[in-house]
Parts: sequence; C-alpha cells; structure tokens
Amino acid sequence: MADRQQLQAQKKREQENREETTIPARVFVPTADIYETQDALTVILEMPGVEKSNVNVRVEEGLLHVEGRLDLNKYQGLQPVHTEYNVGHYARSFQLSSKIDQTKIAAALNDGVLSLTLPKIEEAKPRVINIS
Amino acid sequence: MVAPNGCVMIAGYSDPLDVLLNLQRALDAQTGSGWLQNQTASPGPFPPINVFQQGDNILAIVELPGVDKKDLQIQAKENTIRISGKKSANYPEGSVHRRERVFGEFDRTLSLPIGLDPAGIKAEYRDGVLALLLPRAESEKPRTIKIS
Repeated sequence: MADRQQLQAQKKREQENREETTIPARVFVPTADIYETQDALTVILEMPGVEKSNVNVRVEEGLLHVEGRLDLNKYQGLQPVHTEYNVGHYARSFQLSSKIDQTKIAAALNDGVLSLTLPKIEEAKPRVINIS
Repeated sequence: MVAPNGCVMIAGYSDPLDVLLNLQRALDAQTGSGWLQNQTASPGPFPPINVFQQGDNILAIVELPGVDKKDLQIQAKENTIRISGKKSANYPEGSVHRRERVFGEFDRTLSLPIGLDPAGIKAEYRDGVLALLLPRAESEKPRTIKIS
C-alpha cells in the first residue's frame, strides 16, 4: 500500500461463527497481519485498549486462539455524546498451516498491537534437497 | 448545549455482566450524532474518535493501535484539536498470508461546539488508545442563577 495514501478508519468486524458466550455483549475480531518466514509464523493483531495482563494466547490442535479483554472500568461514568466506533473484547482464532513449537511461542504487546512469533518445529522447516 | 438526547448513563449498573452490553448500546445510540460539526466529506475518517462527557469536561478517546507516541502530534487552538501523525510498520521479508492492517499518514481536526481551555488539555497515549481530556472553558460552565 502506498505510504502517502490517506488513511481510512476500518469498521470493526464483529465475531461470527462461534459458540455464543454467556455474556450478551459483542466481541470484535482484531485486524490481523500474518506473514511467514523460514523459521516462524508471525501473527500481528490490533487490539487497542487491551492491557498486557488481559491477553490470552493458546495453541490447541493446530488452532491458534487469541483473546484480549478490555478494561471496562475506564468507561465508568462517561456519557457518550458522539461515537464513531464501538468497544468490546477481542477474540480471533486461526487454523495454523504448519506445526508450531508450542514451548517457544513469543508474544509482545506494544501500543495496542500484539505480535506473536510462532516458531515452526524442526520437521516443518523447509529443507534444501540436493540433487545427486 | 450538550443535549443528552436519550443518552444512557453508564455508571451505576447493578449487574456487572451487563456493563459491556449497556456500554455498547450507549455507544451505538450516539453513532453519527450531529454533535460534532467537523463531519468531513469522506466517510470513515481516520482515526475514529469517540467523544464522552465527563462531568463538566469532554473526553475524546481515539483508537490508534500501532502508532508510535513520537509519530503522533496533537495541536489545540480555541475549540479545535488537530490530531496528526503516521502509522508505519517494518515487516521483514517473508511470504505474506494476511494483510488487513492499514498504514499511512493521517491528519484530522476536531471542532467542538463548546469553548475549551487550551491550557488545560491533557493527552495520554496507552495501549494504542489516545485519551484527550478537554476541559471546558471557564466562561462555558453553567452558572446557577438565583431567583431574587
């Protein structure tokens, strides 16, 4: 994408196709970038307003689950007069294409952006095959 | 000036489980209100801003995930606030599976229909959320008029 392009606000996508939660509030899908290098898969998720302690990441049977909970206390006593986005918790799951070494997953949260590095297990890494 | 046209107060709900739902409903109810006069021609100006009333003051909350604090500028003049900056990312070489995030420069000006005290404006940026506390100008505060 060109650097000079005027930024547009993205409408938050609501979560769908998932078991309903017992709490009747809406959950949003964090915007994601995913790229793969030789050694790892990197997943970057935008979760503005989520603190480090409220992030939950787990990998189960080839599925990556990410959850971020918003601290609602900050909204106590505020009366909205003009709104352009809604707030809520974040949740998203991805089917992983390669085997991940679960013990080496690294996560960092900076400026509301969660970066997950999922290292591939040795067998899943690409190998150079020499032609004899 | 700030008509609470059917606004729901968020504070003081007895059931904590309903807090988020009620907040979401209250936010929905105020979507696209004519309160701000700055409505720029294009839909979805960046960054999206929510404006709240907190006592006498105004609190603007802006979602700016991934923007470095040093790439963010805030200027205030009379009753306008300008938020500008750039959102950038450096990804290493590799095959891209998904690219949903957007990057680039932004510049947005908010004109509030009330007078502000520019010296008292406070800005805080944490976890990708910018909170601007905009104190109402002293001359704008409501006065109680005594009936003689």
